[in-house]
Amino acid sequence: MSETFTLSINGIQVTARKGQTLLEVARKHGIDIPTICYHPATQSNGLCRMCVVEVEGMRLLQPACVVPAQAEMKVRTDSPRVHRARKTILEMLASTADLSEAPEIQRMMQAYQADPSRFPEAEPRHIPPIDDNPMYVREYSKCILCWRCVQICAEDAQYTYAINFSGRGYHTRIDTFYGLPMTATTCVFCGQCVGVCPTDALEPKSEYLLEQGKYPFPFR
Amino acid sequence: MSDIASLIHPYLSHGRSGLLPALQAVQAEYGWISQEQAAEIARLLHVPLAEVHGVIEFYDLLHNKPRKKRTLHVCTDAACSLRGADQRLRDLSADPTLAVKTDPGEELQVEPSPCLGLCDHAPAMVLENGWEWRILGSNGEWMDRPLSLVGGTVRRITVRCGNGRTSLSAYGGYRAWNRAQQLSPQQVIDEVKASGLFGRGGAAFPTGLKWESAARAEGWPKYVVCNADESEPGTFKDRLLLADDPHLVLEGMRIAAYAVGASKGYIYLRGEYAYLRPILEQALREAQEAGLLDGFEVEIRMGAGAYICGEETALFESIEGKRGFPRIKPPFPTTHGLFNKPTVINNVETLANVPFIIEHGAAAYRELGSEKSPGSKLFCLSGDVAQPGIYEAPFGITLKELLEMAGGMAEGGSPQAILLGGAAGAFATPRHLDIRLTYEDLRQASLTLGSGVVMVFDQRRDLRQVLLKIGRFFAHESCGKCYPCQMGTRRQAEILERLASGRLLPGDRERLEDVGWTMSDASLCGLGQTAAMAVLSAIKEWPELFTPS
Amino acid sequence: MITPDRVVRTVCPYCGVGCALELHVKDDLIYRVTSPFDSVVNQGNLCVKGRFGYNFIYHPKRVTVPLVRRYLLEGQPRPPRAEAPQASYPGNGSTPSPWDWIETDWETALNLVADHLVRIYRESGPKAMATYGSAKATNEDNYLLQKIFRALFRTNNVDHCTRLCHAGSVTALMQSLGTSAMSNTAIEVLDSDVFIVTGSNTTENHPIIALHMKRAVRERGAKLIVVDPRRIELVDFAELWLPLRPGTNVAVFSAMAHVIVKEGLYNRAFIEARTEGFEEYVKSLEKFTPEFAENVSGVPAEDIRRAARLYATAKNGAIFWGMGISQLSHGTASALTLVHLALLTGHIGRRSTGLNPLRGQNNVQGSSDMGVMPFHFPGYMRVDAPGNAEKWEKAWNIEPGGLSRELGLTTTEILSHAGPHGVRALYIMGENPMMTEPNLNKTRHHIEQLDFLVVQDLFINETGVYADVFLPATPFAEKDGTFTNTDRRVQRVRAALPPRGQSRPDWQILCDVAKRIEARLGRPTAGWEYQHPSEILAEVSRVVPEYAGITYERIEKDGLQYPVWDLKHPGTPFLFSETFPRGRGRFIPLDYVTAAETPDDEYPFILTTGRLLEHWHGGTLTRHSSLDELYPQAYVEIHPADAEMHGIQDGMMVKVSTRRGEVALRAHVTEKTTVGVLFIPMHFAEAAANLLTNDVLDPQARIPEYKACAAQVFPLHEEMLSPLPRGRY
Repeated sequence: MSETFTLSINGIQVTARKGQTLLEVARKHGIDIPTICYHPATQSNGLCRMCVVEVEGMRLLQPACVVPAQAEMKVRTDSPRVHRARKTILEMLASTADLSEAPEIQRMMQAYQADPSRFPEAEPRHIPPIDDNPMYVREYSKCILCWRCVQICAEDAQYTYAINFSGRGYHTRIDTFYGLPMTATTCVFCGQCVGVCPTDALEPKSEYLLEQGKYPFPFR
Repeated sequence: MSDIASLIHPYLSHGRSGLLPALQAVQAEYGWISQEQAAEIARLLHVPLAEVHGVIEFYDLLHNKPRKKRTLHVCTDAACSLRGADQRLRDLSADPTLAVKTDPGEELQVEPSPCLGLCDHAPAMVLENGWEWRILGSNGEWMDRPLSLVGGTVRRITVRCGNGRTSLSAYGGYRAWNRAQQLSPQQVIDEVKASGLFGRGGAAFPTGLKWESAARAEGWPKYVVCNADESEPGTFKDRLLLADDPHLVLEGMRIAAYAVGASKGYIYLRGEYAYLRPILEQALREAQEAGLLDGFEVEIRMGAGAYICGEETALFESIEGKRGFPRIKPPFPTTHGLFNKPTVINNVETLANVPFIIEHGAAAYRELGSEKSPGSKLFCLSGDVAQPGIYEAPFGITLKELLEMAGGMAEGGSPQAILLGGAAGAFATPRHLDIRLTYEDLRQASLTLGSGVVMVFDQRRDLRQVLLKIGRFFAHESCGKCYPCQMGTRRQAEILERLASGRLLPGDRERLEDVGWTMSDASLCGLGQTAAMAVLSAIKEWPELFTPS
Repeated sequence: MITPDRVVRTVCPYCGVGCALELHVKDDLIYRVTSPFDSVVNQGNLCVKGRFGYNFIYHPKRVTVPLVRRYLLEGQPRPPRAEAPQASYPGNGSTPSPWDWIETDWETALNLVADHLVRIYRESGPKAMATYGSAKATNEDNYLLQKIFRALFRTNNVDHCTRLCHAGSVTALMQSLGTSAMSNTAIEVLDSDVFIVTGSNTTENHPIIALHMKRAVRERGAKLIVVDPRRIELVDFAELWLPLRPGTNVAVFSAMAHVIVKEGLYNRAFIEARTEGFEEYVKSLEKFTPEFAENVSGVPAEDIRRAARLYATAKNGAIFWGMGISQLSHGTASALTLVHLALLTGHIGRRSTGLNPLRGQNNVQGSSDMGVMPFHFPGYMRVDAPGNAEKWEKAWNIEPGGLSRELGLTTTEILSHAGPHGVRALYIMGENPMMTEPNLNKTRHHIEQLDFLVVQDLFINETGVYADVFLPATPFAEKDGTFTNTDRRVQRVRAALPPRGQSRPDWQILCDVAKRIEARLGRPTAGWEYQHPSEILAEVSRVVPEYAGITYERIEKDGLQYPVWDLKHPGTPFLFSETFPRGRGRFIPLDYVTAAETPDDEYPFILTTGRLLEHWHGGTLTRHSSLDELYPQAYVEIHPADAEMHGIQDGMMVKVSTRRGEVALRAHVTEKTTVGVLFIPMHFAEAAANLLTNDVLDPQARIPEYKACAAQVFPLHEEMLSPLPRGRY
């Protein structure tokens, strides 16, 4: 058994093991910290910052998914600062991506009373659907750049490296080598990416067709 | 051997880390990188295809679509736009021959650029032609290197700047390095700690502590990296040091390497400073031939047009051949830096302070400056001052004194706002003119010195346009990794567009504040954490600007 | 976004890895497949087949009504097979033929099956009866099938495709250790510091195990040695690649053993404590110098030395292998060389070591466990060893001495014995020998000699066209049961959908067939009244000790790795920690043996065959799924140097011929294959690799030599192409 110690989360003393993140400790003790990009099967990169918490003595908010718990830490998971950051992130997300098939994020928006139309005249990331293979459809208007697909395609599972990024900043998007159709890439269609996509930006072709009221198996 | 293989031959043994130089070599030859060429590079360097594409896409100066081989980069950032850069861009875009009448040749494309680090040459333009970069002077003359105005009350680290001589013989040998070798590495570190030297890149971390941590860290090899990716709008001090006194910086690196036990060094030079590369290469060659770098191999790496790569961990990623995404800290570079090995990364100006400290001792160093901000600082004065340029002065000088040094306000204006620290900094106002420029005094006033930017706007300027420039800059330069900055810089820029065009909507000020505080408080790296500083300081100083009409 | 009516957890029906699946169902349509991220076998990862390859379930050509030939319905004698037109289903509406498929009801079809099987049994006795089980079907299905043929027809002519994939490995492991399954759990490779992958394109054939392997290399710093004639993807992750000529395994691995012995790298303590036959074996190694091996295999002697040292000096060395070892006329010898390496170094009986034959099919391990083999009752009890038959006679309510103690015929032998005096009636459940047997031209001749063929399947495949009765079964998603994966994990298969049309789960069909046969034979009942498959497994557990502790309740979530000796036993991740089933591990001296056919002037290439990521075996499932869209046609892989010499360009039509047949297909010019070696995947009926392969058998394991035969290739102009029948109806 590795070293254990105590820290305080929202004033409650909790025990933790060395190497655990604040998120793991909090969830183990039933303290809710919302996450978007976090997934147990992929490397945590602290992208979405929904899991930020206040740690006494730290100037800035800390991402709970990557910050290791330490003895004597004093953590607040829902202070006004934390709340403001989370709410604003959600509102910006709603003005950026199509969240219609992201029920978990929609639930978070309700919980944080986030206004989906907070940012008028904001330019969403509009990208037409890409239907270039028999297995899955890519609707990057729904993509929230959680990176899970890129990571699971690479070292987090598959070592296939079919996808990476194009563009930068707000206009980053997931892309293949020179934008080639998926069938012309190293993709092995394992669908690991589909499996970890939180917004249905990646969706099985069968589900995509069924949503449109079509029969999902159009055999040749 | 294929054409590509011979072009990128020097980088084949680097593997993934050779990716940026390889892409740059191919692009220098062809002007852009085709799919077939990229695939060949991927094959030769064993980098996945999609990642090669991802890297090309990240950097402004790498292109994967056909284009003309030459590019005229026109700076349109704040300082240059004060001097008509936007109009000039419009004119040149309509008729590029206007720019090349003194240099007819192949066709070129004209592109706006973020701050080129030539604020003392505003409005600045640089012509890119493969590896060759040249500056277009304000009188239409081409220059291979910028001629800089250097002033100030002291000439401690700029002592050799401005004389046009950069040879080793002019430098006169590495005296500090000779002295360092008579000390133990720990004694060198102790001397630097005693001097109170702290980082000049903006974060102001104590240099001695950084070195000590890297020296104590487990892992081999260790690296010393010189951060010469000077990209903060309004900053051009490192450009001056590298152009006018490269040996000073090299000597600083050599001492750092000795102190921490590093065997390899990198100078990561901003892509837009490509015209400095021959100067650095020449200095490196001289130092190597004189045996001054024995046991310490230094490699020059070129940036490729990404402000974020000035962030230390993003810079590492870039050297490693990746997109310049900043890493989560901790772990810190001193234990897990370049190639995940212990690394000291220092700003150019920081390293330039080291030889003086070692040669003359910490006590002599402390003769200038304050207790908490010892030594001198290079200030980059630009905007509406009579003589934009680099001014060296001890910490503790006041803003008013600095402005006087630069000849006062240009064209009889009076200061309305002074942007301290660059786009990532905050606005000072005339009521701050007597504040002492030290880290401690500025922090108390909620201001920052950052990298030493002092950008002055007189009373005739529309600050809303300045804010828009800043907003657009960050929206362009956000790497896109963490959500607050990726979306926040964009939403901020959109609102600033409304602000600048007088179309502010009810609630926009609150939106700017929410976005700004969220970026400041929750972003992953320094870029996002400072992307709203200027806007938030403007809201505080001039709230009336943010009220919908 | 679709809200599912239900999400059903089950097991993937393709390879032996046994990945957990969650089928998301709306209106009886499976629209999405996921995998739980806490699944012990695959941690949420799937391959293209598991995630997207299920929609054969909905293919319009799936047969969902019992079919019988017109002559049977009309009570006519069987017309000559030669008179059978290219019968199609549904009928093409032309002139009626006695061979027309007629849709009928279950009662009629089952009675016809029972009538004719019993008729032939009465006419010709047990030797006329035979069956192929299915490594695709559940343990319960397979157990019942062999029970029918053993208990009712008193024959051991029971086999399945294990004969065609790992029989060589099974025989070798049985001889030297006394058992045949994978010794360790695949994911333990994460803690191996050196591992050998040979004769296995793991990335394509066991994709999830390949993920563990790649992670072991990239994240854990393990060293991988690939021994394979093809430049498979894992070579990119390997420390060493030994590209041997197909069929020269014995030389290469014996040379490694030679080096280990000569350099004193063997584990003396282990050899003394746990093995026998070492001295004699060492003598047999003399001839296997690395130089000798280089000469026959083309692998540099120095690389053989390096591989030997690397493996021998590992802390935890493991060996993984596939058909490239076993599908040879010396498959047993070939697998024995691997056993020897483990015994020499003691890399067995501990975690992250071991001898790991990667089993191909989702349930090939289970089908073997269930006794769908001609030499073994369930639980690997030899039919000819004293005491075993008695156990099953008791379990099945059979008079003492009633069960046959004679070894039955193997898969390939069953068909080669077809004829009036040999096998007359064959019952095939979910296999496609007309694609998967070697030398298909000969196989076709054999199958035409049968008097009565029952096929129980989803589609009328290349074999189904020869059937007299076709019984529509259900696929994995429409039935309950268990599969046993390659690392001996017995896992629960669950119905997510009702059977389509009139199709029925195999176990139910088999019970109904059995009862009808039993009634006609007038035997006391062997027991066929099962309400649920769990009752079938319970019957197995009562007699097979390794399965004694396995119940449906216990495998609700993760499954159990047998042996599970009792209801408290937690299962066995790795075997042999104390002893081998036969006591001491046995070294068996070997001579050099190689492929039966070697290249010559007329056939200068070595042809090797195998599988693709996107397809599955005979193609019955995958070629009726959207996987076929992804990979619609066959290619022959040829090395650029060979292609240039023969004037072949990438994508060009070529003809590949051997002494047994020829196929026309496109060339894929690639360095994935080595000089002098052609590769053709086995899945494509229109260019069936097995028209070319050699039907020579390993003398002990009786596995055919799919992996090496002499071949020729030449470019074909489009106008020279004769329209090849697609072969599927």
